[in-house]
Parts: sequence; C-alpha cells; structure tokens
Amino acid sequence: MLHSLLLVLLIGAIAWGGATIGLASLFGVVLPYVAVVVFVVGVVWRMVYWAKSPVPFPIPTTGGQEASLDFIKQAKYDCPTTCWGVVKRMFLEVFCFRSLFRNTLGEVRVDDPINKGPRAIYYSSKWLWAFALLFHYCFLLVFLRHFRFFMEPVPCCISFLESLDGIMQIGSPRFFMTGGLLFVALLFLLCRRMFNQRLRYLSLANDYFPLFLLLAIVGTGLCLRYCDKTEIAQVKVFIMGLTHFAPVGVEGINALFFTHLALVCVLLIYFPFSKLMHMPGIFFSPTRNMACNTRAVRHVNPWNPPKQFFTYAEYEDTYRDAMAEAGLPLEKQPEKAAQ
Amino acid sequence: MYNAKAVTIGIIIFVILFTSPFWASLLGKNYTESGITLPAREKECVESAEFMRNKHMQLLNEWRDEALRNEHRVYVASNGKKWAISLQNTCLKCHKEYTEFCDKCHVANSVDPYCWTCHLIPQGSKK
Amino acid sequence: MAKLPTPQALMSSRPAFPDKAWLDIKPEFAPGSYCYPAKKETMELLHMPNPHDWDPSAEDWNLPDNWEKILCDAFEERLEKHRSLKLFMDICVRCGACADKCHFFLGTNDPKNMPVLRAELLRSLYRRDHAMLGKLLGKRIGARSWDKEVVKELFYYAYQCTECRRCSLFCPYGIDTAEITAIVRELLHEVGLGIHWIMDPVKNCSFTGNHLGIQPHSFKEIVEMLADDCETVTGIRPKTPFNEKGHEILFITPSGDVFADPGIYTFMGYLLLFHELDLDYTFSTYASEGGNFGSFTTFNMAKKLNAKMYAEAERLGVKWILGGECGHMWRVINQYMGTYNGPAPDNMVTPVSPFTGTVFKNAASTKMVHIAEFTADLIQHDKLNLDPSRNDHIITTFHDSCNPARAMGLLDEPRYVLKAVCNNFVEMPENTIREQTFCCGAGSGLNTEEIMELRMRSGMPRGNALRYVQQKYGVNHMACVCAIDRATLPPLANYWAPGVTVSGLHELVANALVMKGESKRTMDLRQEDLPNVAEDDDAAQGEGQ
Repeated sequence: MLHSLLLVLLIGAIAWGGATIGLASLFGVVLPYVAVVVFVVGVVWRMVYWAKSPVPFPIPTTGGQEASLDFIKQAKYDCPTTCWGVVKRMFLEVFCFRSLFRNTLGEVRVDDPINKGPRAIYYSSKWLWAFALLFHYCFLLVFLRHFRFFMEPVPCCISFLESLDGIMQIGSPRFFMTGGLLFVALLFLLCRRMFNQRLRYLSLANDYFPLFLLLAIVGTGLCLRYCDKTEIAQVKVFIMGLTHFAPVGVEGINALFFTHLALVCVLLIYFPFSKLMHMPGIFFSPTRNMACNTRAVRHVNPWNPPKQFFTYAEYEDTYRDAMAEAGLPLEKQPEKAAQ
Repeated sequence: MYNAKAVTIGIIIFVILFTSPFWASLLGKNYTESGITLPAREKECVESAEFMRNKHMQLLNEWRDEALRNEHRVYVASNGKKWAISLQNTCLKCHKEYTEFCDKCHVANSVDPYCWTCHLIPQGSKK
Repeated sequence: MAKLPTPQALMSSRPAFPDKAWLDIKPEFAPGSYCYPAKKETMELLHMPNPHDWDPSAEDWNLPDNWEKILCDAFEERLEKHRSLKLFMDICVRCGACADKCHFFLGTNDPKNMPVLRAELLRSLYRRDHAMLGKLLGKRIGARSWDKEVVKELFYYAYQCTECRRCSLFCPYGIDTAEITAIVRELLHEVGLGIHWIMDPVKNCSFTGNHLGIQPHSFKEIVEMLADDCETVTGIRPKTPFNEKGHEILFITPSGDVFADPGIYTFMGYLLLFHELDLDYTFSTYASEGGNFGSFTTFNMAKKLNAKMYAEAERLGVKWILGGECGHMWRVINQYMGTYNGPAPDNMVTPVSPFTGTVFKNAASTKMVHIAEFTADLIQHDKLNLDPSRNDHIITTFHDSCNPARAMGLLDEPRYVLKAVCNNFVEMPENTIREQTFCCGAGSGLNTEEIMELRMRSGMPRGNALRYVQQKYGVNHMACVCAIDRATLPPLANYWAPGVTVSGLHELVANALVMKGESKRTMDLRQEDLPNVAEDDDAAQGEGQ
C-alpha cells in the first residue's frame, strides 16, 4: 500500500519537477501520444487475446427462475433466454451493477436467542454498490465535461451538463459536484480496502496503485480548477494543438497542469496491463453474456474431443451371463455370443 | 479469433469511443488563440495580466461579497493602488467590448458566469 | 468418524486471520482437513495421467519428475481452450463482494476460502507468465512461481470448494469460481493427484454404468425390492421395466437413489408415480447413473460418463429422457450434455408430456426433462389425485440445490409440486434460498466421511438457516431435489438442527398420491405410521376416489 502511494507521489513529483525545469513538452506532448497509443493498442490486444480462446461451454449463471412451464413466471432479467433478454441483462449489469446490488453482509452470531446456538445472518449491504456506481458515473461525467477542451465550438449538451453539475452555484469558478463526489467515492473505496480486515488481507499493490493514481488525478484536477489555477484558454489552445496533431508551445501553463496530464497518461498506459481491464472484460463474461436456453439451443465446442466411452456392446459382453440369468433383455443371447 | 463478429464490433465501438477526443476535435474548428481584444488606451488593470487571466473570477466573486454583503467599495491592489469595487464602473469602463473580450474566452471554454443575472446585460453580448 | 465439537464450539473455534500475508502461508494437512487420495490402480484403470501412490499428509507427494513442465503446459492449454479462464484471471478487481458469500469461508474463516483468494492462488501463477507487470515485479504484485508447496495449496483449496457458484452470482463480472476450481482440479489430475471419493465412483460408473458399481442383475434386484416395499405400503406393486426397447421415455436418476437411505424412498416415489400414470418408460441398467462424478475431475471425464445417456436412448429407441432429482447431474445435462455428446440421436424428439400434451420447448435440443417440471405440469393440469393431508404431520421447508438453482434456474417447479403435496410449507430466510441458496457443504465429490468436521463447517450457513425455521416455525422436514443432498443433509440436519428429516420431493409426492386400487395408507414410504390416518376411518380414502 505504502509502495503504491510512494510510486504515485514519485510520478507526480517527476512530472512537476520536469515541467518546472522546462521538460513540459516531454510530459505534455510526447507522453500523451505514447499513452493514447499504448492504451488503445493495449486494450484491443487484450480483447483479441481473450477472443482467441473459444467459449467451450455455455455457463450462464441463472440468477432466477428459468423459462419452463407456461404457468411459472420466468425471471426475464436475471435468467434471459433470448438475445434481446441477454442485452437487457448486460445493460443492467453494466449500467446499474445488478450483481453488486445483490450484495449482502454475512455475520455469524455464536449465540443467537432464536436459533439457541450459532446463527448466520445476512444483511442487505448496498454501500459498495452505491459508491462504486457513484465513482463510475462521476468519472464518466467528468470525462464528458472535459470535452469542452476538445471541441470548438463546445456543443450545447456539454454546456448543459456543466450547468447541471454546477447547479448549486457555489463559488466562482462554480463548484462541479461530480468532481467532489468522485474524490469522496474514491476515498470510500480506499478506506474500505484499508480498514476492512478481509479487504486489507486480500489487497495487493495492484489494488492500491490505481486508487492512489485516480485520487492524484482527481486531486490535481480539483486543484487546477479551484486553487493553483491556470488560464484555461491557454490550456484549450494547447490541447487542441495535441488533438490536431500540431502541438503548440507550452508557455503560460503551470506545472500542475502537466502533472495532472502526466498522471492521466500513466493511468492510460497502466490500464491494459491491469485489473482495470474489467471495463471491456465484463462484456466477455460467459456467465453473464450467454442466454439461459442451454437445453433448447445446442452450443458447439470447437475443440470437442471424440467420444470415447464404455459402450453398451462392451457392457453386455462383460455382464451377459448375469444379465441373461436375471432375465434382462439382451442384444445377443449368451449362446449366440459364444459362437 | 472466436465470436469474431461480436468481438470486432466491440473493438470498433471501443476505439471510436476512446479516440473521441481526437475526432470530436478534428470534426470541429481548431482553436489556436483566444482572440480577445484588449482595451486600446488603458494599459493597467487592477492586478497583473497573469493574475487577471487565471483568477479574475475569484476576484469578481470577492468584489461582489465586499460590495454587496460588507458594503465596502474600495479594493487595494497588491501594488497599493486603490480601485472602486464596481463591475459596471471599473471593469466595464475599459473592457467595453464584451463580445470581443469576455465572451471570447467564456464561449470557447463553455464558461457561463452568472454576472448578468443581476447586472445589466452589456450590449452586444451573447446574452 | 471422530467426535464432533458442539455447534457453538465449532463456530467459536474459527481462527482469526493470520498475521502473515497469504503468499507466505502454507497449508497444513491435518487429519480431517483433506480427502483421501485416489488409489493408483483406479487411476491406471481410467488411463489418468501419471498415476502414483501418495499421501496428502506426507512431505513428498511423489510428483513426476517433470511436474512443473506438465503443470505449466497444462495451464497454458487450458487458457487456450477456455476464454472464461483467461478472462477470470485478468479482470478480478478484488472488490471482496464474494468473500462472505462462500459457505467454506463462513464456516472456516480461512482467508484462502474467500473465492477471490481461492482464484488468486491460480492467478498468482498466471501473473508470472501471462501478465507483463507480473514478470517485472513478481511477488510485490502477487505473482509467484510454481513450487511443490503451491501444488499442495492448490489441492487443499480446490477440494474445499463445492463448485456451487454462489460467488459467481454476486460477482460484478460474473467470475465463476466453479470454473476455476474445475480447472485447478484438471491441472492436478495431470500430475496424478485426485481423491478417492471421486475417482472410485468414476471408475465404477465407467465400467458398470453407475457410481456404486452395482452390476446389472443386482441393480434389477434392488429396484424390485423397492417395488416390493411399495406394495407393502400401498398394496400396489409398481412395474419395473428394464432395458426394454420401444418405450417412449427413458428414465435416468442418480444411482444413489437406488441404494442409499433416504434416496430410496424418492426412488419408490418415482415408481409409484409412473405406475399410477401408466407411463410408457424404461430404466436402463447400462445408463443407470444420472449423476456424473466425472464432472468433478475433468471435462473429458464428464463427457465420457455422460455419453451413455444418449447412446442408450439411441439403442432403446426412446423419444425423450426424463431425469430424476439430482444436482450436478442437471448441471451437466442443462449446460454441458448437448455440447459434449449432442446433437441428440435422431430417434429423439422434443419432449411432450403424454398426459397433458405440454411441449417442453425449453428442452428442445437436449430432449431431457426434469421430473419436477414434468410433475408440476401434471399437477397444474390436474392429472394427479393428491391428498396433501397425508403429509400434515410434517412442516416442510425446501432446500434449493446449488446446481439446479444457479446453473438451471429450477426454483418454482419443485415449490409448486411441494405446495401441492404438503399443506405446511415454510421458506428459509430469503438470502439462503432460490438463486442465493447455500450449498449442503459437501457437493462436488466432498461428501466423504473423513472430512466430516469440515463438512459441518461448510454446511453451517445451510444448517443455521434450517435451524432458524425449525426453532421459529417448528419445521421438521426438509425437501430437496438432489441425491447428494439426500446423502449429505441428514448428518448436517442431525448436527445443526436435530429432529429435521430430509427427503426428496417425490417421496412426498408418492405419500400424497391417491392411487387407483390402493389399499388404505396407514404408513408412509418409510413404513412409519401416519399419525393422522389411524382414527378417521375411510374419510381420507373416500374423498380421493
């Protein structure tokens, strides 16, 4: 955990220091291009790597009643039998975190008055679901808000998003709620890892690193807007230079901006090699993206080995006499088989 | 590759979504300079140009609070010079061309200040 | 069987989390914590790779010389064959939502029984060879190399997972530990490591047609004895057709039901039901096993054992197969059979109930219907004359078996049947039933005596839920649709909720079934006196006819 924190701080310090001593174009121009290429190519490469293996068996997790008899109500969302049903299940999974919504908290009481002995109780536990959803949606909105730096003219939907986000009209520049909530949600996810005994035990450096990295990105972003400000017209000119493949000078933009940018680049580079690949991965998950119609439609396994089994003929050969004696029907009577 | 059709569609969607900053940018106009026009005659603002560029919104916020909530209408700049706290009479006195000054940056960067919910909408502004 | 501690002592003896990181802890093979190893002869007979004698508690497991290469290559091959494995190795975010969903973790508090860490045992090996950062940073990011201790650890925890898939239901990415456990078990089989309790039934099933190794003539004899018992109870001796060609339906059920108490009463239930319906069916002594212990070893072994069903259906020329109550049998039939050994033989057609005309479109390809679906349909069409008051002395609950629940979605059909044959039905607490059901604690081939304490631990969530309804609502009976449950739940109930009896669904159906020409029922299929019948003359009988 400490290592991850130090690593993120080190990356930030290098970017800050580099930008201060005049290497801003390295962190502001070269690194972003490298990062975008690594990110896009890396993610596509990993998706292709997954796709190179077949799905040999249909293994959907049935999250509710199957479709069987007319008078029994099928759980259409959790046990879909059609392609459209699977789309709906995946939609709920991706946009509403359906499975996480089921989360419970198990507690074992050694002496329970009702059970007169041990009793395990399961409480509904939606905290992880709520904060995970908060984090992902805030992240999405913050990403979308950044399009004001990518587009000229800025489309009205982005402006509308901003006016909603800043609807509280706190301070100037107006406080965007998504930024703050994103930071809070990340802190929750981090604290959960640090203070929940089970989570702390199973967490690795690769779990803390992305959290600290994201906290650093959001932190520097918030600073850029509210504290150590830089001129956004200048920033937009710079970013439009990058997106038009005609980088411009970095004068007049502060070091914190380049730190923010460098941290984002590190996130992009880290992404394809890490657990963050759950983003494309969820779409590949065979327990969720397959229809629960496994008895109605045959699934074909490309490497299905040839059938090899103890055949009935061998079986009868082994037990013929005993079977005849017991009066069981036979393909060949003992006399015939003997010939 | 198995399920090649679905995976390819997935990859295309991914690439389109995550290169959107580039193509969204290339689809529109380029933005190479803010293009603001500075007042022709006046050379000195309340604070330095850099300070004004980065933090004018915080200064204006502070001015609003000072003038309207504290009834205190004098601002002492960092160089000691005193200015009357007034958007209409101090700022807009020099920066007359709203469309060529305020709006230039605000529109391009999708900044929507709520100055004009109380103040008179300057002529020629977008609002 | 060693004497078990009291439930309280069992729960309070769960150790706290260790201080050391999990990568630094090695498993201890204390007696009772592991299953006995498979015999060398068994493995040889089945042509399993690298058969050898070994003892889990010994320091040296006599692995073949090139064990590391075998395992690395085998792992590589599995990655090429299963997208699920690649994916589940890559995308876990270790959110911990699965941790307290596992009955083994709740019962043992061993951190490596959290599904995430169980998978991490393999994931740590994957990282070394298949993740760029793992190659560079090694143990710091949870990557490690193969060594003999790792093999032992994999064995220890792969056989402390019942492949119940409860964690996969809660995982935001649907990561299925059953898939990982199954593949770890496959890997271990590559170096000759398997357990006796699984491999022995596999051997029997391979060569005699069923797990218990009952030979054809004995199988027939046992079933006929059960038919005799049916006659004692009802006055009617049901027919017992064997290996006969030209019937409409082949009936296959786990052989445990022919042999083990209380499964035999469920089997008697089938016999009586089919007789009353005059169902055009046959048993097969060759395909006399519904269950598939092969599915607890390797995918290929599961395929091999499963192949008999279609082969026999083809030979006997039946139109479709009716399957009895069993858990993992239905996992295999519902999700694997068509792929393994399909398409179904040409003589088979989409199942149609001969009594109601219902077409089982959900079984259009596999052509196999679950008996709970079949019976629920009969009851809905009012084809059975039932007297549920005969079961009035029991207050029953229903245990959803893991596989029918989470790999099939068979939830309401058995409840529909149960409510029709029992007037007193109580559900267990909501987070322990239906798709969230808890395993009996001994599925996937772990229902062996030598790990009884472990089984009681892993069965704790189910046992507790049962005790809750026992104490609160006076539940004295638990119905289930799984042969392994019928073997594992009685000791579990005896330990956690003494006084609760366990039975299959169709035992209760047959108890409530009013048959044409039956004698007055004074006892149930277990030949225990029915408390409600003695006084009230012929009333119950009369209203049925």
